[in-house]
Amino acid sequence: MDFSFLFQSISPLTISDLFHQFAPLTITGLALGAIYGLIALGYTMVYGVLQLINFAHSEVFMFGTFAVAWVVVFFHGTSSTSQGLFSTLGLLAICLVAAMLTSAAIALLVERVAYRPLIRKGAPKLIILIAAIGASFSLSEIMGLRDQIVGWFGLKDNLSNYVSQARNVYSSPITIDPHGLFSIGNYRVTDVDLLTIGAAIVMMAFLDQFVRRTRLGRGIRSVAQDPESAALMGVNATRVVQVTFLIGGLMAGAAATLYMIRIGTTRQNAGFIFGVKAFTAAVMGGIGNLRGALLGGLVLGVAENWGAALFGTNWKDVVAFVLLVLILLVRPTGILGESLGKARA
Amino acid sequence: MGTKQTIRSLAAIAAAGLALTACGTTSNSEAKATDTGTAAACVQGQKLAFLGATTGDAGALGLNMVGGIKLALDEYNKKNADCQVGLKVFDSQGDPDKAVPLATQIVGDDSIIGLVGPGFSGESLSTGKTFSAAGLPSISPSATNVTITQQGWPTWHRVIGNDSAQGAAVAKYLKTTANAKKVFVVDDGSDYGKGLAGFVRKGLGSMVGGNDTVQTGQTDFSATVTAIKGSGADAVFYGGYYPEAGLLVKQLRQAGYTGLFMSGDGSEDPAFVETAGAQAANGAVLTAPAGPAPANFNTKYKALIGNPAGLYSTQAYDATNIFLAGIQAGKTSHADLNSFIGSYNGTGVSGPISFDAKGDIKQSTIYAYKVSNGKLDTANPTPIR
Repeated sequence: MDFSFLFQSISPLTISDLFHQFAPLTITGLALGAIYGLIALGYTMVYGVLQLINFAHSEVFMFGTFAVAWVVVFFHGTSSTSQGLFSTLGLLAICLVAAMLTSAAIALLVERVAYRPLIRKGAPKLIILIAAIGASFSLSEIMGLRDQIVGWFGLKDNLSNYVSQARNVYSSPITIDPHGLFSIGNYRVTDVDLLTIGAAIVMMAFLDQFVRRTRLGRGIRSVAQDPESAALMGVNATRVVQVTFLIGGLMAGAAATLYMIRIGTTRQNAGFIFGVKAFTAAVMGGIGNLRGALLGGLVLGVAENWGAALFGTNWKDVVAFVLLVLILLVRPTGILGESLGKARA
Repeated sequence: MGTKQTIRSLAAIAAAGLALTACGTTSNSEAKATDTGTAAACVQGQKLAFLGATTGDAGALGLNMVGGIKLALDEYNKKNADCQVGLKVFDSQGDPDKAVPLATQIVGDDSIIGLVGPGFSGESLSTGKTFSAAGLPSISPSATNVTITQQGWPTWHRVIGNDSAQGAAVAKYLKTTANAKKVFVVDDGSDYGKGLAGFVRKGLGSMVGGNDTVQTGQTDFSATVTAIKGSGADAVFYGGYYPEAGLLVKQLRQAGYTGLFMSGDGSEDPAFVETAGAQAANGAVLTAPAGPAPANFNTKYKALIGNPAGLYSTQAYDATNIFLAGIQAGKTSHADLNSFIGSYNGTGVSGPISFDAKGDIKQSTIYAYKVSNGKLDTANPTPIR
C-alpha cells in the first residue's frame, strides 16, 4: 500500500489569505491575548516582588474556570442551552465573584503552604521554584482526582454533577452565544469580544493605579525595589507578599470567567497551556511590568493568529516564540522593560 | 589461616543457602495458600493486564476502557466464584515512552495471561516488540493506526476497525450521502488523528478544499475557523478527539458557519455534545467502527462503575470477554490462548468479532452517528455501506 499521502504537505493559508482575513484574525487574537494578559498580571506581580516565577499560577486560573462551571451547574442544572450574553449577566456576575474568590483563595493557600515557609528559612530561589512546580502538579492532580476526594466523605453521589469523570472535559451547560454588534472589515465584532478586551484593559488600568497611588501599592513597590530597606522602613513584607498573591489570584479569577464565557469548557490540565502563554506574555512585555503584561498578552495573541494563518495552526507556537526571542534580542528586558519597583507614583 | 578462610566461606555459603531456602519456602507457602480449595482445571491468581492512560491528559479514555474490563470481569467472577480472574492496571498516561518499561513489567509478571490494550496507537507501536517477543497475547480496544498490524506481531489483535476502513467510509459518506463538494480537513497531529484524516484526504482526493493541523489541548480555534470560513468549504472533517472537536464545532457555529461537521470515533462520545453545547452540536455526524451498545450494557455499566459508559467501553468489554472465553475453555498458556483468540468467532456488544491473520478485526462496519435535538443518538446509527 502506498502511504505517501500521509506525508503530503498540509497546505496552509497563504499571505493573501492573511490579508483578506486580517480583521477576524486580529480581533479574535486580541480577545485571546486579553485573557493571556490578565493571567500574566499574576506572574508579573509575583515576579516583581519576589523575583520568583509562580508556576502554580496556571492552576490558580484553572480552579477559577471550574468555579465558574460549578456555579452555572448549581443555579442552572446540567441541561445544555444557549443564551445571549445579556440575558445571563446576573449569573455571570455571581460566576465572576465565585471565580475571583476561588482563585484568590488558592493563590493565598499556595503562598502560605508552598512559599512562605521556604522564604522564612531563606531557601535559595531554585528550591522555591521547585516548590512552585510541585504545587502546580499537586493542584492539577487534586482537581483530576476530585471524585475520589469527595468519595472519602461519602458525597460522591450527591455531588456527581460536579465531580464525576473528574479527568474528563467539564463544560459549562450554558453556552454564551456571541452577538455581532458592528463590522470591522469582514468581521462582525461581537459583544463577547468587546467584553473580553474591555474588561482586561479596565482591570489592568485599575490595578496599575492601585499600585501607583495607594498605600498598599507603595508597599508593593518598595518591597519590589529593595525588600531589606522596605522592612527597615516598617513595611510588613509578608503582608505585601500576601497582597500580591491575592491580587494575582483575583485577576486570574477574572481571566477564568472571561475564558469560560468564550470557550466554555475546562479540565484539570486546562491551566497548563494558558500558564505557559501568560508567562511568555509577561516576559514579552517586560516581566515585573503591569502594563507590559497586558501588552505582551495582546501581542502574543495576535502573533499566534497571524502565524497560524500563514503557516498552519500547528506552527503558531513556533511563530510566537520566535517573536519572543526577536523581541528579547532587541530589548532584553521586554517591550516595556521596566520593573514594578521603578513604577512612578 | 587457610582453615579460617575455608570456614568463613563455608559459613557464607551456608547462609546464602539458608536465605535461598527461606525464599523458596515463602513463595511455596504463598502459592499453597492461594491454591487451597480449587477445582482441578483452574489456575488460581490469573490476571489480565490493562496498559493505557488512566491519568494524565488522556486519562478519561483509559478509565472508560478500565470500566468495560471491570464489568466483564465482574460478570465472569460472579459466575466462576471458585476461579477468579483479576486485573492489573498499568498507567502509561498515553505516553509511548512511559509504556515501554511498563510492558517489560507486564511480560515479567507470570500471573498475567493476557493484555487488554494498549490503549493508543503510539504506545502500541512502542511496546509491540516486547509483547510479541514474550508471546503475550493482546487485544486492543482502541488503537486504530493502520501501521500497527503491518509490523508482523503474531500476538497483537484489535477489536476495532482500523483508520483505513473508517477513512474510506467517511469519504464515501461525504461524497454520496452528504453531497459535499468541497471539504476542509483538520487533524490534531496525533498518530490517530493524523492517520485517520490522511485516509479521509486520500478518499476525497480533489474534493479537499483546505487543511489545517491543530494541537491537542488547544481551546481557541479562531485561526482555523477563519480559514474554514474563508475557504468556502461546505463540509468539515476533524480527525482527533472530542475535547477539541466539540470546541471547534462550537466556535465554527458561533462564527456563523453552516456546513456539515463530521468527525471520527475519537469524537463519538456524549461529551462531544456537552463540550460543543447542544445547539452547536446539532447536525454533526460522527463515525465509529462499532455498532450501538445494547441498552442493558449501559445500565449494567453505570450500576457497577458509577459513571456512564464512554468511548471504547464496549470494545474493552468485548476484548476482555474473548480472554475470559479462552480461560473458560481451559487455555492457560500464552500460545494456546493466542491461537484461541486467532480462531475466535463471536458477537460482542460492539458487533461481530473475528480476526484476520494480521490481527485486524475481519468484519468492521463503519456507522454514522448523528447529533440531533441536542443528543448524540447512540441507539440508531446508519451503517455506511
